[in-house]
Amino acid sequence: MRHVKIGTPTEVEAGENRVAMTPDSALQLQKLGYECLIQSGAGARADFSDSDYEAAGVTVVPDADALWAQADIIAKVRIPQDAELDRLTPEKTLITFFNPGGNAEGLEKAKAKGGNVIAMEMVPRISRAQKMDALSSMANIAGYRAVIEAGNNFGRFFTGQVTAAGKVPPAKVLIVGAGVAGLAAIGTSTSLGAITLAFDVRPEVAEQVESMGAEFVYLDFEEEQQDGSATGGYASVSSPEFREAQLAKFRELAPEVDIVITTALIPNREAPKLWLEDMVKAMKPGSVIVDLAAEKGGNVEGTVKDEKVVTDNGVTIIGYTDFPSRMARQSSLLYSTNIRHMMTDLTPEKDGKVNHNMEDDVIRGATVAYQGEITFPPPPPKVAAIAAKPKEKVKELTPEEKRANEIAAFKAQTKNQVTLITVGAVLLLAVGLVAPASFMQHFIVFILSVFIGFQVIWNVAHSLHTPLMAVTNAISSIIILGALIQIGSSSVLITILAALGIFMASINIFGGFLVTRRMLAMFQKS
Amino acid sequence: MEFGFTIAAYAVAAVLFILSLGGLSGQESAKRAVWYGITGMAIAVLATLIGPGAGLWWLSIVLIGIGAVVGYQLATKVQMTQMPELVAIMHSLVGLAAVFVGFNADLTINMVEAAKAAGEAVEGSFATLVAKKTAVEITILKVELVLGIWIGAVTFTGSVVAYGKLAGKVNSAAKKLPGGHMLNAAAAGLSVLLAIMYFSDAGSWTLVLLTLLALFIGYHLIMGIGGADMPVVVSMLNSYSGWAAAAIGFSLGNDLLIVVGALVGSSGAILSYIMCKAMNRAFVSVILGGFGGSSGPAMEVEGEQVPIDVDGVANALDEADSVIIVPGYGMAVAQAQQNVAELTRKLRAKGKAVRFAIHPVAGRLPGHMNVLLAEAKVPYDIVLEMDEINDDFPDTDVVIVIGSNDIVNPAAQDDPNSPIAGMPVLEVWKAKQVFVSKRGQGTGYSGIENPLFFKDNTRMYYGDAKDSIGALLNKID
Repeated sequence: MRHVKIGTPTEVEAGENRVAMTPDSALQLQKLGYECLIQSGAGARADFSDSDYEAAGVTVVPDADALWAQADIIAKVRIPQDAELDRLTPEKTLITFFNPGGNAEGLEKAKAKGGNVIAMEMVPRISRAQKMDALSSMANIAGYRAVIEAGNNFGRFFTGQVTAAGKVPPAKVLIVGAGVAGLAAIGTSTSLGAITLAFDVRPEVAEQVESMGAEFVYLDFEEEQQDGSATGGYASVSSPEFREAQLAKFRELAPEVDIVITTALIPNREAPKLWLEDMVKAMKPGSVIVDLAAEKGGNVEGTVKDEKVVTDNGVTIIGYTDFPSRMARQSSLLYSTNIRHMMTDLTPEKDGKVNHNMEDDVIRGATVAYQGEITFPPPPPKVAAIAAKPKEKVKELTPEEKRANEIAAFKAQTKNQVTLITVGAVLLLAVGLVAPASFMQHFIVFILSVFIGFQVIWNVAHSLHTPLMAVTNAISSIIILGALIQIGSSSVLITILAALGIFMASINIFGGFLVTRRMLAMFQKS
Repeated sequence: MEFGFTIAAYAVAAVLFILSLGGLSGQESAKRAVWYGITGMAIAVLATLIGPGAGLWWLSIVLIGIGAVVGYQLATKVQMTQMPELVAIMHSLVGLAAVFVGFNADLTINMVEAAKAAGEAVEGSFATLVAKKTAVEITILKVELVLGIWIGAVTFTGSVVAYGKLAGKVNSAAKKLPGGHMLNAAAAGLSVLLAIMYFSDAGSWTLVLLTLLALFIGYHLIMGIGGADMPVVVSMLNSYSGWAAAAIGFSLGNDLLIVVGALVGSSGAILSYIMCKAMNRAFVSVILGGFGGSSGPAMEVEGEQVPIDVDGVANALDEADSVIIVPGYGMAVAQAQQNVAELTRKLRAKGKAVRFAIHPVAGRLPGHMNVLLAEAKVPYDIVLEMDEINDDFPDTDVVIVIGSNDIVNPAAQDDPNSPIAGMPVLEVWKAKQVFVSKRGQGTGYSGIENPLFFKDNTRMYYGDAKDSIGALLNKID
């Protein structure tokens, strides 16, 4: 039987170091029933040698032509170039970053070639698909690397120190945009010891920011923010008034902060300009700005894509767009795992056969070209909402209100009890009117016992409910007294019935108490 | 004939019984409390034997001796997992004894009347008591003994059916004869009619017929209640056996019987109430049987159940810092508590925080799981109630669900059309990872689909709970 082959070519984009298949992921793909191919040298820049792949059972093919010819499924990283798309044939599936929103040309070409294309950035943001969310795994790396890159260009410690040679204040880092990259940057920055501030237009992420150890920057602005969950967890465009309030806050912070990392992106739009020229000017010399949105034009005025520039007042602005590629081994490991999970979903039977199920939300959403048709944009997923709706805030009660509530509750309780007691007393009196005194004497005992029972049982620990039942069962065999009194009758029938009663009740007495003892003896403290 | 000494002894016994129940508020005081109960019972029986029950005392002692042997055998042989059945069957004994004592009272009344008519003296302490009663008092006595017999008979057949269901001898599904509750209502109505006829001296046959009707009601009522409601049923029957004893106490004019009967009756009633509250159901709807009809179709469950093997679970446990185990009836059925306890010891030895979350209605008896875990020597201070632990799930690394289903069903919160909507449940799905140990893909006892099994952070660990946990033990050291 011919195995379906998954192949990964060397990335052709200049400066791209990542690779879409690692020896680890190849092992997992083989478990799914696939055969793996790799172009010779594809992993070299991510520190995976051909021999590593061979050791994992991957066939190394000499060049890209051979790879594209043999493989049925091609997994790669960067948006495919024309020459690569030319190699697509109807029975091939390409899994890659594709940027379908800004790559109409590529889509048309894929349509013409008839191959299937799965775009990794189109994986829907639902919890089931997190394991294949390559954007998040790359953003995580970018966030980390942004802080490292900033540190590399920053002339001071992150952490504050008091040394014999003098006191060093801690660096102050501002992170704009608390998405995946922003949160990763916050984590890195706080763990290096810097004072970290973070801002996001979605106030609901404040909790996440604070959980990472950073301080959330709040605006003095009264407006109902749009719920982030309505837009798939991404920020949306904000109103002009909001933007003004935001810029004013940044202007206030600019002289204080040493490092600014901006990560603000809105899907399919130019990156919003958030750090304007005057803010850059207001910063201290030696400060560093890392603009993670440089690919989409940058959040910072003065960012040059893929370059590091130093302004006249000595502020370094880093506009690199290849942060994940700068940590090629790490990002290849994560990206290849995302690809592997995508393959797992595409191979539900684990039989080495692709089941391209267009009914599945995740697969449908990520597929941008299928059997000679463009399938982008996808219909909205059937399972919506990734974030829970913000909880309705319970209104804080003032002390007066609390007090009033307490009094009301107390009054209600009193009323309740008084009513119950009155009704009970009236009923008792009614009984007392007809029943003879001898009965009423016993009845008093009965009522009091029920009352005591209610008072006592409420205090029984929940874990002791079974012993309680065993004990009450045992003592309910007090019925034996009745039988004992009756057994000395002159009637034979009565004696026999009473004897049976005594016998059964005594089984219960001994059985019940013994079982209870057994149970209670087992309870022990650690 | 007055027995001042006996009454004094009864007072002591009554106090001891109250202390015995009150002592169950804590594990340590409970151990003392049982002895109060035992002493109280011994004092009560002895005082009766010396006093009003002196007739044929040797026979009584022999019978008590035989009963003791049987009871000892039962109590020592029984497995802790069979505790619900045992408690149920013992309730039936009390019920039956109440019926016998009630009939005896009726026979005695007849005998005394016959003796009075013939102008003879009567023998036996109870007979002399009856002989002194006025006509009104006799009628009241009859009301009391009818109540005692009726409740006792219902308790008897009800407990036998409950025993059958718990022991798996009777199908646990809710079953009703055609006519359903109308049949019960008719039988109850007829009982009232017969009781009235009996009060107007229609003869003892009315009493026999009334008993048969009560036996039928007990049978039919409990047959109509599904297995999942058994905790409520058992505590309800417990309550009934108490009320029966109290009613008999009235007819015999015995205050201790009244006191104890009332204590047991109210205790069972409160337990039933607590259980019902834990399931967010009205007591009446439990008694009327089965889950109430839902108002629409249940939510479709999307996704699939993802299985995991023993290595996967072992790895996850190895990496986890905090683990919560949620046991259910499945653990009891598979007798897995020893392995679970061993797993707990191993994990705790490795410095992991291991706790147990117990839902109030887990198992088939109130507090069933606590007893099983205690048997396996799991320290009770790591066994927590639902309210104590429910908020901790989001901070928990691994939750292991062993043989429970409805009590961890998120549909109770998410799906207003679910039959268990509104029932408080353990929010295990909020933990980072959930493993469900379960025999197969079935829906379990109550037949309700559980969306938990389809969640992304849930993995199904199929197999018999005892074997699965045992296999896990070998992987963790």
